[in-house]
Amino acid sequence: MSWIADIVHGILLGGFYALLASGLALMFGVMRIINLAHGSLALVGAYMALLLTEHLHISPYLALAPVLPGALIVGYLLQRTMLERSLRAGQLVPLLTTFGLLIAIANLLQRFFSPDVHSLDAGRIGPASWHVSNTLSIPWFDVLTLGIAVAVLGGLQLVLRRTQLGRELRATAEDPDTAELVGVNARAVYARATAIAVAIAALAGVFYGMRSGFDPNAGASELLYAFEAVVIGGIGSLWGTLGGGIVLGISQEVGAQINQEYFALGGHVVFLAVLVARSAYGAPRIRYALRRFA
Amino acid sequence: MSTLLQVEELDVRHGLLQAVRHVSFEVADGETLALVGANGAGKSTLLRAIAGAHRPVGGRVVFDGRDITAMPAHRRVKTGIALVPEGRRLFPNLTVEENLSVARASGRDGRWTVDEVLAAFPLLEPLRRKRAASLSGGEQQATAIGRALMTNPRLLLLDEVSLGLAPVVVEGVYDSLRTLIESGTTIVLVEQDLTRAMGVADHVMCMLEGRVVLEGARGGLTREQVTDAYFGLRRREATA
Amino acid sequence: MTERGLQPPSPGFRIQRWTPLSVLFTGGLSGLVVVLAFAPVLLGENTQNNLIQLYFLVIMAMMWNALAGYGGLVSVGQQGFIGIGAYAAVFFSVQHGLNPYVSMLFATLIGGAVAIPVAAVVLWLRNGAFAIATWVVAEVFAILVSLDPNPAIGGGTGTSALLPFTLRYTPTQRLHYTYWAALGSVAVLLVLLFALLRSRLGGSLQAIRDDEEAAASVGVRVLLGKGILFVVAGAGCAAAGTIILAWQLSVLPLGPDSVFGINWTARMIFMVLVGGLGTFEGPIIGAVVLYVLQTYISINGVWYFVMLGGVAIGFALLLPRGIWGTIQERFNVRLLPVGYRLRIED
Repeated sequence: MSWIADIVHGILLGGFYALLASGLALMFGVMRIINLAHGSLALVGAYMALLLTEHLHISPYLALAPVLPGALIVGYLLQRTMLERSLRAGQLVPLLTTFGLLIAIANLLQRFFSPDVHSLDAGRIGPASWHVSNTLSIPWFDVLTLGIAVAVLGGLQLVLRRTQLGRELRATAEDPDTAELVGVNARAVYARATAIAVAIAALAGVFYGMRSGFDPNAGASELLYAFEAVVIGGIGSLWGTLGGGIVLGISQEVGAQINQEYFALGGHVVFLAVLVARSAYGAPRIRYALRRFA
Repeated sequence: MSTLLQVEELDVRHGLLQAVRHVSFEVADGETLALVGANGAGKSTLLRAIAGAHRPVGGRVVFDGRDITAMPAHRRVKTGIALVPEGRRLFPNLTVEENLSVARASGRDGRWTVDEVLAAFPLLEPLRRKRAASLSGGEQQATAIGRALMTNPRLLLLDEVSLGLAPVVVEGVYDSLRTLIESGTTIVLVEQDLTRAMGVADHVMCMLEGRVVLEGARGGLTREQVTDAYFGLRRREATA
Repeated sequence: MTERGLQPPSPGFRIQRWTPLSVLFTGGLSGLVVVLAFAPVLLGENTQNNLIQLYFLVIMAMMWNALAGYGGLVSVGQQGFIGIGAYAAVFFSVQHGLNPYVSMLFATLIGGAVAIPVAAVVLWLRNGAFAIATWVVAEVFAILVSLDPNPAIGGGTGTSALLPFTLRYTPTQRLHYTYWAALGSVAVLLVLLFALLRSRLGGSLQAIRDDEEAAASVGVRVLLGKGILFVVAGAGCAAAGTIILAWQLSVLPLGPDSVFGINWTARMIFMVLVGGLGTFEGPIIGAVVLYVLQTYISINGVWYFVMLGGVAIGFALLLPRGIWGTIQERFNVRLLPVGYRLRIED
């Protein structure tokens, strides 16, 4: 029976991963940039919220009000100063500069905040959960997180499909030169995409801070999970990111079920298995096997 | 008639190759200029340089009295220049309607809206929600022209609109062009088909290896003269 | 038409691989290696210790550059092989009682062997997915090691190779032998890489870098080329890992500064970017720069990495070709003859 609990918890965990990963998916879908500093930026969001909650004595939810617009600005500037130039310098360069940013942020956070673990107070919803049965207990906070993830992904889809900005984003993603020729300012469009991506990252960071303790080095491990979610779900697909997050979450929970220490390992193994299955090596063989035995 | 476009001593490189050499010419408001020449003569590069997609290494582009040589492409669209690129270059995963709507980024108002474009190219009306990648050549060309029109341009640049299309389809495209010309839009078109080019244009300019080797008004040039210039059988220095 | 033998016309050009400058440089470099081999006799212990650090940094930089600069493979997971090298050496020496230096050799080979199945999983992937997959593989290795119940491996608290060394050698001997092992590894790997790049493989890699599809269409075996690079890089990084083990004796599996830590990749990226991505000489220069910064400029722990990250970003944006790459382009200098030169003769 506890396997059902794993699956449910896995889905809820997947919701968090999807929230964290959606900014990544957006940046990759529009600009083909793999932002290795994404997790670090999310962490910065958490730390900013920490500062606000500690000094102004407000709840983290309220802290989002200044943190999100701030993140929009940070994202915009990041694109205009660093990432724009990295893109022009070649395919390899954005990986290198965002990696440098990851290292710089992690260590700056360590310098200005101690290496101690902090956390944000999720309020009344924090400890509340729905006791479905003896073996299954659903935390309301996780449900909230999943709901926010779905809302964010849905919102992004809406923007991409229905708005002028979305059309310009998609057009620029497909052919930036021709987009310029019909009046689209590609650089401004990219900057707006990064701004949105970083704002979503900050949102995910604040929620991360509320669901678990965080320290300056947390950016790297959570980042890896977010990437795994994006890759499993299929790079470039927004709803795929949700699916990928859920698959990852379930794999991790099942891994932990087998042995507490196998939490991350469960996710990694499934990640690699998915890659092999999708690869030029695995895909034809799997199709063959399915045809033979189905 | 006033001069809308002035190109002065333009030099454009394509990689290490000098694609456009000291090209100068003028286009008056409302006029249609046909740019002819063999492959590699520099026609497309010249159009792209005027549209802002290619930075020249020397010379000037003056549009409506303003020096736009340093202006980025999207700003030129806002001032009224639109290019229909060689090969159509539609956004493959956007629908016809979305391809047209994107061009609203130019921010220019005028007679051309999505409905107007679809009325001008009736073959597109049933294809509104079709992905651009699944259209036929002629449909793509119509969409590409329509997309440029959505920016309500004062100067329309057309690069090889008949390329890869069946003759009957080209006929339809040129019919639409005639309507545009009659409505007063200034047009520069690159065309390999001499007959068509000389049929619609007020002026013809022939390029060879990056230079202008012949130019003249429609009535003043014979087909033979243009053909000779096209193949470089008789070279004439470009007028300064 | 005469019946006498037709003389083929002189081609008008000659293909040259060695230039006077490159002969000079290669000779000089070999001489330097010989001189450095005498360091244990000539230089003090501190210097030797520092040079060992330089050597494994050079190895790492060369390997990462081989992957990214010559193969277009940006790996964020080479630290996995560093860790494997270190732990395999522990396995052979601590658990099975082999001579530690022999263990190091075996561990290097193990690193190369492990690279083969890893390559089978990851080489199909492109850019971003490849980078993430290599990171995941490194994490998997780290976790597996930390969970290993074997007491020699030590699990999450790490392990030490103290015993195999102290049982056989005095500290001075360990220093000397480790020094020579490190220098020897650098020399061997340099020569190996040099030979690979001068061979057909070198040309294929250049073709793959420029246009993979076009290369495949003229018969270049793309996957094989990348595979060879990946295996060599795996072995090379494992060698670096064994040297780290011999040098610091105790290792940890988890944490950013562990032998499986992401900070090794940070250092590799720094060295290669600063030195010059895709050049042969660049990584060596980058390693020297990092070594100098590490050894002579005392920067407190955290700022050290901030500096690394910041400088890496700066170089990527302003001097994307790195120190050597820029010099190479400006002055058309090639010190190590991995390329071809055309001499036109009149």
